Amino acid sequence: MKRSDNFAFDDLQALLRFGHGKLTDTCFLLLNIADAKAAGEWLRTAPISSAITATPVPDTALQIAFSAEGLRAMGLQQSIIDDFSDEFIVGMAGDENRSRRLGDVGDNAPQHWSWGGQPNQVPHILLLLYAHKEGIDPWKKTVEGKTFSRAFQLLSILPTDDLGSLEPFGFVDGVSQPKIDWAGQQSSDQHERDRYSNMLAAGEVILGYPNEYGLYTTRPLIDPGKDSLASKLPDAEDEPALKDFGRNGSYLVIRQLHQDVSGFWQFIDKVSGSDLEKRDQLAARMVGRNRDGSPLAPLTAEPIPGIALKSKDNHFTYELDPIGNRCPIGSHIRRANPRSGDLPLGVFGFISRLIKIFGFGLKRPDEDLIASSRFHRLLRRGRAYGPILSPEDAVKPEAPEAERGLQFICLVANISRQFEFVQNAWFMSSKFGGLQQERDPLLGIREPLINDNKTDQFNQPAASGPAQKTCNLPQFVTLRGGAYFFMPGLRALQYIAASPTSKSGDQP
Amino acid sequence: MKPQSTFLIIAVVREGQLDNLRKLLSTMNKTVGHADPQNSLVPFGRFNHLHMARFVILEAKTAADMKAFGLPSYEWRPSLAFLGDCDGDTDSFLAELEKYAGLGLEKIFSFCEDFTEETTNLLEWMKNKHIRPSANYINWIGRTVKQVHEEAALHRSLSAYLKKIVADVGRGNPRALRQKLLSHIEVEKHAGRITLTPPSTTPICWRIRNLLHKIGIPLILLLLLPIILLGAPFFFWRLRMLERSDPEIMIRPERRHIQELSVLEDHDVSNQFNVFGHVKPGLFRLYTLKFSLLLLNYSARHIYNCGYLTRVRTIHFARWVLIDNNRRIIFISNYDGSQESYMDDFINKVAWGLNLVFSNSVGYPSTRWLIKDGARQEQKYKYTLRRHQLRSEVWYKAYPGLTAYDLSLNSRIRQGAEVRQSSDAEIRQWLSLI
Repeated sequence: MKRSDNFAFDDLQALLRFGHGKLTDTCFLLLNIADAKAAGEWLRTAPISSAITATPVPDTALQIAFSAEGLRAMGLQQSIIDDFSDEFIVGMAGDENRSRRLGDVGDNAPQHWSWGGQPNQVPHILLLLYAHKEGIDPWKKTVEGKTFSRAFQLLSILPTDDLGSLEPFGFVDGVSQPKIDWAGQQSSDQHERDRYSNMLAAGEVILGYPNEYGLYTTRPLIDPGKDSLASKLPDAEDEPALKDFGRNGSYLVIRQLHQDVSGFWQFIDKVSGSDLEKRDQLAARMVGRNRDGSPLAPLTAEPIPGIALKSKDNHFTYELDPIGNRCPIGSHIRRANPRSGDLPLGVFGFISRLIKIFGFGLKRPDEDLIASSRFHRLLRRGRAYGPILSPEDAVKPEAPEAERGLQFICLVANISRQFEFVQNAWFMSSKFGGLQQERDPLLGIREPLINDNKTDQFNQPAASGPAQKTCNLPQFVTLRGGAYFFMPGLRALQYIAASPTSKSGDQP
Repeated sequence: MKPQSTFLIIAVVREGQLDNLRKLLSTMNKTVGHADPQNSLVPFGRFNHLHMARFVILEAKTAADMKAFGLPSYEWRPSLAFLGDCDGDTDSFLAELEKYAGLGLEKIFSFCEDFTEETTNLLEWMKNKHIRPSANYINWIGRTVKQVHEEAALHRSLSAYLKKIVADVGRGNPRALRQKLLSHIEVEKHAGRITLTPPSTTPICWRIRNLLHKIGIPLILLLLLPIILLGAPFFFWRLRMLERSDPEIMIRPERRHIQELSVLEDHDVSNQFNVFGHVKPGLFRLYTLKFSLLLLNYSARHIYNCGYLTRVRTIHFARWVLIDNNRRIIFISNYDGSQESYMDDFINKVAWGLNLVFSNSVGYPSTRWLIKDGARQEQKYKYTLRRHQLRSEVWYKAYPGLTAYDLSLNSRIRQGAEVRQSSDAEIRQWLSLI
């Protein structure tokens, strides 16, 4: 599927293209719709940022996303909502089985969340405001305008703070992101994707475009003959007679992750006998990067599409470290993205390809357990919160307690195949890549398995033979809230804005 | 080696008794869908030779799909399926079932037609209702339940001991570590805490049958080769025609249906899976299916019999069974990980293999040349599979918490303990597994 370079950036919310990293002052609002008509009125003129580039770079930004409840409250027809994915409709906390899969059990269970945990009380809207330092209050006033207070009920303001490039544990965060293939240059054909590529089909993040299978993800399509309001929506590429409500939109997953910073460093300090070097080393092994962001896995000289050859932070796969002697298999970043291609190593031609496809010729028993990373990528847009606490201070017994953590945000086109898969099969699984008794060292819950097998270890493979085992890891990260939202394209936003007023007259 | 075998008993449920049967079956469960190994009806835990077992009610929920082919839906009456995988031959296991769970099974089967608790001979009846699979996959042929438990215990014990001696003597000298571990095994064996039963001799008649099968099938295919080659152009011409015209049925499964299925899932590291559907009408599809299953069965028996089915290493047991006069097919498996990751394996690693078989069943996403596309149409494929999936009323797995990969890892640890490695590198490798 080849496509020209004129992507419809003007219909895309900016967050899909930019992280707004320079806009350090943020305000994330959870809103309910109090008056749908007023909300529509506000939305019609709201300064939602689009993804077009501008000079000078704007010094504010505004993004908006709706939950299924929010779309319903805006008066969208149920038939449109029903065409979204089940995960979105049911919600993050709406199904016990989902919670079990995601590891949202025990202390992470929805009933303990401070927001979003009641399935019938999912916030309608997530409004994300970005501004330069000290600029957020005036921007908020501008955004709100006259109708805002009549239209919405403020549920809460999610805490966010400017921690620079760090996340609360003290590591440089957000180093690796997929590079969106806006021009559609990369083939999704399996035969051309043996090796890892960091280029990602736009359809993996944005609805209405071909995904990594070369296909269109299910989304609401509207017959303009039956719904005149839809005539302004973009056409559906795969169904030209229909209008595409999902096009240029994306699912937005948000999870408020509380991080026990002093708990983390004090545990590490204890098991490394307060030896500074060992302490830093163990923490780095758990993360897969040093605190400055440099990776433990050796850089590769072989080109990786979508990563600059000179990038010292990112130009690596795990091919040069298959056993994990340098970057343990169970480390956080290796779980988050195993950087595997569609086939195991060693494909040079037709015969070797066949051998691999038939499952033969593996060099190690744990080779090829995790393949095809490209179907499970996330575009992350999170922000940290809480006062900075350096590891050096965190290990002290009198370390000040505070709410610290991450507003984890990711944008995906398929919640279950991308976010939920990564969370379940890669982070929470105690069997990831053939590992034993360990879940993600940072994010993992520590609940034992059904046969009482422990899952609270962290193993570092070692050249000397026996793996170095760290046992009895406490849970370092606790979920405080979360929800699935849909971040519509700009034309779809106008459709939503017009819905409350057109509903009675226009539709049967 | 003691090869495994399967059993599958299918019987029509008496009119109006479905709910009562479901209720009875649910009393066997400890948590939703997971059997209590000590339940009073069929105390699965008592059967030392039983790997996996389940009760499924086969209901033709997608029967109306035949309309797409312009055909009426074939009649199907809801039936109870009781199936499992065991060490040793089917007949002796059925006899064992009668002996230790006879009363419970009689109670269950009394909900089925032509079974009366007082007059029917249970064993005879089960044998009569028994259906053999068209293709069967066993993750590791000859790995017994006993072996699984013994090797898991060995791993646990070595793991705990290794941690202790590493703390005592460090990790610098692999030979010394191995020596300590080996003597630890001897001590534990002596104390009766570790048992490593040597593999039993393979039954001679199984070996002969297996050898005949191994040689016979290729031989027959070789003899038929001229006919196959002559027929191939016609076959592919017809295949492509059908592939272009066969209706694709893409109906999104209902949320309630998915909910009913996912209630049972992800309590353990493994899950159960049943799909039940129609074979596409016409002899062409039936024989294509039968031939594909023959190849599948052959490769599962003679090639993919030690830990992997092509690139997939998460399946413990799987089988494909043709029933109802070859009009319907059931696929049953036990796999590791979540449904989403199982689908991921299917689609990204063996779509071609699935297509070969399942493209001959109604509703499957369209294929090209029998192996292309099909399951690669991710969304359609997931919808179809979920829609045809049936819940297991009761599911038993003899070794909860262990994945197929764990089982092979434990076996490698045992081998390392029994076959002495010569080089330091090999010893280190062995130590790294523990």
